[in-house]
Amino acid sequence: MNKIDALIIGAGPTGLFTAHQLKLIGLNCEIVDNLEKIGGQCIELYPDKPIYDIPAIPECTGEELTNNLINQLKPFNIKFYLGERVEEVKKEKDNWLVKTNKGNSFLTPNVIIAGGVGSFEPRKFSIKECEKFENKSLFYSITDKKIFKGKIVSIFGGGDSALDWAVELSKDCKVNLIHRRDEFRGAKTTVDKVHELAKEGKINLYTKYQMTAVSGLEKLESIDIKHDNEEIKNLKTNYVLGFFGLIMQLGPIASWGLNIDKKKIEVDTEKFETNQKGIYAVGDICNYPGKLKLILSGFHEGALAARACFKLARPNEKYRFEFTTSSKTIKDRLGIKGD
Amino acid sequence: MPKITYITNDNQSHTIEVQNGLTVMEGAVQNDIPGIDADCGGGMACATCHVYVKEDWLNKLPKKEDGEEDMLDMAFEPKKNSRLSCQLLVSNELDGLIVSIPSKQG
Repeated sequence: MNKIDALIIGAGPTGLFTAHQLKLIGLNCEIVDNLEKIGGQCIELYPDKPIYDIPAIPECTGEELTNNLINQLKPFNIKFYLGERVEEVKKEKDNWLVKTNKGNSFLTPNVIIAGGVGSFEPRKFSIKECEKFENKSLFYSITDKKIFKGKIVSIFGGGDSALDWAVELSKDCKVNLIHRRDEFRGAKTTVDKVHELAKEGKINLYTKYQMTAVSGLEKLESIDIKHDNEEIKNLKTNYVLGFFGLIMQLGPIASWGLNIDKKKIEVDTEKFETNQKGIYAVGDICNYPGKLKLILSGFHEGALAARACFKLARPNEKYRFEFTTSSKTIKDRLGIKGD
Repeated sequence: MPKITYITNDNQSHTIEVQNGLTVMEGAVQNDIPGIDADCGGGMACATCHVYVKEDWLNKLPKKEDGEEDMLDMAFEPKKNSRLSCQLLVSNELDGLIVSIPSKQG
């Protein structure tokens, strides 16, 4: 059990900057994120795309913004729990007891939800019967590629994941690559490689097809794919892989007793507190009159929520407003020597 | 004001006046039409405002950017008449547009 001043859920830009604010005012905090990487939507959705509306930064990519925020946190030793999802938040006297899916637990007066639009989960096939084969002969990610050796693998999708795996698995499997249109959105070199392998007969390419049925008893035996012109093909297959990117799901947050409307958590604009004392929501996941889904708004919300945390974490102390440029205490916290 | 008709998953038809300059997505969200999530807020980054455009409107709409087609790869059951409603800007030319909302967005 970790006893901390504040727990942040979500390691996107808002979560990172909120951690910075907490540390500046002398509170300790830890961060949990469902993704394996720090950066949230910036890293997951647009690492290479430019952002033009971060104050004082004329242009930066999602990845650069994330790296800068991580650098800004360097003076502080903040513990991250990545690839972990918060499952449960329960009241325990004056604290919240928070548990993750990997068995970590935290006792804290303050929980700050900086969860973007929830946790990222793979998008799945729309066919109901797929569930029966999921994680047995139908996968949305690969952990052990050895199981495919010598088998027939049908890969769906048109992005880098689908193409990279088609190229990789074509070395020792029979690969079908199926995509809903002729164009692929993956890196050009990989797209070229796929077409080359298709010409050599090492990848069977089916474009303008989508899956319409799966069949098999215990294991997957075949699938039906349908062309835009309604023609249906039956393909024998041992495995199906679907790479349709990620979708955001609110997940367990929905069951923590918070006021939620249209997947957004309602907060006040003084503390960014929810209807539960000591639980705050900042960034894209919160809603209040006039809310803008901008990164800069998340920074502001985090700064105010951090001050609110102070009251609950240090009930016998008075919070004093200070500037980083002039405060000796803050400079000490940042590890800046003399001046 | 242009009228946009949204046909929801339960086959209900909702005709709404949407201001010029808003997107078809915003028209739905602001009027509580269910089934358009628009998780990313209109940034062409999530495919959860996916709609099917009534066939006879397909050619009257502005063409898709590459980014829109890329995101549609990830939409729930994309079809030839699939569009992201955040990319459809409402104007007088769109008066009478009919879109259907898929059974789910992800």
